[in-house]
Amino acid sequence: QLAVPVAVVFAPGSVPGDLPRPLPFKDVQETEISVNVRTSVTSCYQMVYRSTTAQEEAALDVATAREADAALHPLQDASLGSLTVYVVPETSCLLPQGISVYVGKHRSALVRAGGGLATLHTRLRQLMQVMSFTDSSIAAALSDRMPGSQLGPDARRHLKSSLGYEITFSPLNPDPKSHAVHWDIEDAVNRYVQPVLDKLSLVANFSVDSQILYYAVLGVTPRFDKESSSFLLSAHSLPHVINPVEARLGSSAASLYPVLNFLLYVPERSHSPLYIQDKDGAPVSTNAFHSPRWGGIMLYNVEAPASPQASLPLHVYVDMVRVMEVFLAQLRLLFGLSREELPPEILLESPGNEGLADWELDRLLWAHTVENIATVSTTLNSLAQLLDKIGNIVIKDDVASEVYRAVASAQSAMAKLATGHLHSAFQASKEAVTSSERAFFDPSLLHLLYFPDDQKFAIYIPLFLPMAVPILLSLAKIVREARQRKKEPTKID
Amino acid sequence: AVSHYRLFPKALGRLVAALGVRELHLALTQGFWRTRAWGQPPLQAPAGAELWVWFQPTVTDVDKAWKELSNILSGIFCASLNFIDSTNTVTPTASFKPLGLANGTDHHLLRYAVLPREVVCTENLTPWKKLLPCGSKAGLAVLLKAERLFHSSYHSQAVHIRPICRDASCLAVSWELRQTLTVVFDTFSSGQGKKDWSLFKMFSRTLTDACPLASQSKVYVDISPKNKEKELLEVTPPPASVHEAIVQGDKRTYAVYDLLSPSLFNTSRSLNVQLKWKRPQDSSELPTPVLHAQRYVSGYGLQTGEISTLIYNTHPYRAFPVILLETVPWYLRLYVHTLTIITKGKENKPSYIHYQPAQDRRRPHLLEMLIQLPANSVTKITIQFERALLKWTEYPPDPNHGFYVSSSVLSALVPSVIAMKDVDVEQSPLFTSLFPSSDGSSYFVRLYTEPLLVNLPTPDFSMPYNVICLTCTVVAVCYGSFYNLLTRTFHVEEPSRGGLAKRLANIIRKFRGVPPL
Repeated sequence: QLAVPVAVVFAPGSVPGDLPRPLPFKDVQETEISVNVRTSVTSCYQMVYRSTTAQEEAALDVATAREADAALHPLQDASLGSLTVYVVPETSCLLPQGISVYVGKHRSALVRAGGGLATLHTRLRQLMQVMSFTDSSIAAALSDRMPGSQLGPDARRHLKSSLGYEITFSPLNPDPKSHAVHWDIEDAVNRYVQPVLDKLSLVANFSVDSQILYYAVLGVTPRFDKESSSFLLSAHSLPHVINPVEARLGSSAASLYPVLNFLLYVPERSHSPLYIQDKDGAPVSTNAFHSPRWGGIMLYNVEAPASPQASLPLHVYVDMVRVMEVFLAQLRLLFGLSREELPPEILLESPGNEGLADWELDRLLWAHTVENIATVSTTLNSLAQLLDKIGNIVIKDDVASEVYRAVASAQSAMAKLATGHLHSAFQASKEAVTSSERAFFDPSLLHLLYFPDDQKFAIYIPLFLPMAVPILLSLAKIVREARQRKKEPTKID
Repeated sequence: AVSHYRLFPKALGRLVAALGVRELHLALTQGFWRTRAWGQPPLQAPAGAELWVWFQPTVTDVDKAWKELSNILSGIFCASLNFIDSTNTVTPTASFKPLGLANGTDHHLLRYAVLPREVVCTENLTPWKKLLPCGSKAGLAVLLKAERLFHSSYHSQAVHIRPICRDASCLAVSWELRQTLTVVFDTFSSGQGKKDWSLFKMFSRTLTDACPLASQSKVYVDISPKNKEKELLEVTPPPASVHEAIVQGDKRTYAVYDLLSPSLFNTSRSLNVQLKWKRPQDSSELPTPVLHAQRYVSGYGLQTGEISTLIYNTHPYRAFPVILLETVPWYLRLYVHTLTIITKGKENKPSYIHYQPAQDRRRPHLLEMLIQLPANSVTKITIQFERALLKWTEYPPDPNHGFYVSSSVLSALVPSVIAMKDVDVEQSPLFTSLFPSSDGSSYFVRLYTEPLLVNLPTPDFSMPYNVICLTCTVVAVCYGSFYNLLTRTFHVEEPSRGGLAKRLANIIRKFRGVPPL
């Protein structure tokens, strides 16, 4: 069960007429999300309706929604997972024309009142779908673990929840004779990537590094297109691009976290300029594509020099702003923070330098917590099944204590989710995953695994069979004689 | 944590940073360097895999870091370095001083291990080539094709990482990664009879260009005249410049081909260096090296034996000390009271001995000695040992092949016969790092002896099967017959008429002419 605490605050003049009870009051709405035939998750919205305090009214008394959002931020209760919705009067000028819902950077939203309680409820429900989790996001988080769910393979595109991620930026230069690539990665990482990673540091540990690979070619030869006099990579040849490069990228030897690779490919002089063609035949505007659970590739074309006699190699100074925009957008897509299609009356505030809004972080945490709990249950279940099948495995005391700890943490995580404390639920689920992995992959489980039964037979049968045969034969003879004697009891010779 | 790599390979860089490594030297060798036939080696390595590492003083648990390091390197280089554990790791006190910058040397931070049984093949060469920034696509590395490199008498590839000063004032320290590959092509003995060689004949490739990322790319060919005779050999194409240096106490002349200079590829697209001898050469007249050594096992039977090491000092008038490091596995139990060192018939007492006895199944023997070698002498060091009986699960899959004892290491500052002058470090840093000279009068040499192959008393591994068969047969026969005797009941039986056996017996009796039954 997942609980979301929501506070609905009515500004003066926006209270709808048909409220069931006078303010303030509490209400609970529960809906059920069914993941597959047997399991379902209940989502429970604990709504608290109240009217604004004086400070909030003062904060709402500004010109634009953005300023209101900034002013309201210190006044809310900012615990993870909670939402605050401010209902402003219909005539208020905070929201521009045609927009009835405004979602801010932090965990608050502004809704225009009007039309009574029913429209308010529908707007609130829409808002919940946007800002908090949706049915599909929870089902997607669980789909890896639950067999038989109704979702197709599209749902498994987001990165699996893990304790840490490694991000590697690699420019690929297949032609170092013609192009000398200079890229100022350290500055770009500090300025653009680090704020996003700081925001995401609640979710996992991140480490960033970069390397430059030379003589790394893509696996596909691009076609030359006469009309645009450029080379094109069609969309269906993109999956074959990554394979030969993967061998050069190298896995991280020093840590066990999954790696996200972001590659910047500078095409060779003989293949410039190079564009990616999407399914309709039009070149993609950002000239980049990403592969779920792996990373992204961007093609960076170098303009041909003005004079054909320019000395090789050409010095290429990479425009880090353009590159980092694309890479950060791909990072958001990889984590599943994409913006779906919204109805036109909802306006989303852009998150600015930090890369993601607080409520987007909440969505990620909901999905990861649910996924972690599912992982723990599958791991412990498989361990139990393994023990049933092979009775020989010895479970040491520390493995047993890890299992107990995993179960306790998972139970506390579920309890905290039911009461709406997202932060502590996430921490508990992380502990549960760590303990269960440690118990399952403990090397001491394998010690007595290979002691097959036929070895035992091979040692004991050659000894006991020759001893047993005469005994069995004489037993048979005794039984036969006893039966004969019973038949002829008085045979005296 | 953030770190950015441009030319330095990321795999090694992350490893060194994560585990607190100060210096790392890994060598994989196939074959043994024949010092008397091929001269002094530029950089020798023992047969098999050798790994020695200096850790930073900040590392608290050196053994744990060592175990992780050997496992990760085993993955990077596709070699079974994960067999390095406490039974073949030692901590030398005097032999392996750091080769890079060092701030105090606490020898507890040093670990040394050798796996003499390790085989080197193509799958070790490929990750070695992958560490180069240009890979094997450009520059000198295009010559390194596996099928030619492994058709050689000696093949050694090594990776060295050490900290060095970034410039002369030494305000900043950088990591230096050196990859060396030593190969001996013995065309004289491999059937062709002539000592002429060319790059194409050796590698079946020629050089076409230099790696665009390299700041220096040179080929040095040794054209030193022997016995002051000029015009003994001819090198084509004619070299652009000639470099003279004192290498290992000997004055040598090198023809230099600079791949980065634009004039080299003017005449032809590829560079194929060829060397032709003007006069037919008899067996090689390489000068005997000043220091060389030999090691062998003597004795008979499977109980005791003796390890003897012979060290030769052929310098005519200079004596110098040498540090000998011996690592002997625990199952050859050394008796240190039988250690004798004899030079020229007299006993030679070492000025420094460090001996660490072995612990069964936990630690090998470590013997380090500083021995003074008089001029023009042979020193014989002998020590007796006893072979241990291992438990039957500890034998490797082919126990009758024998057990390897890793090479012993001799480190010395050998005085050179000719005085050397300081070579210009700036001009050719790679050349001087290969042949360094601390001061003009001596040069540092590290030699390895042969690895030994020792037979341990091997049990008969079919014994468990034999025991089962024997016991079960005895039990069955004895128990069965006793039981039968005790419980058999007798009753009368009618004589039977025929029977197949009786008929067969009668046929045979008819053939024999004997009356039937």
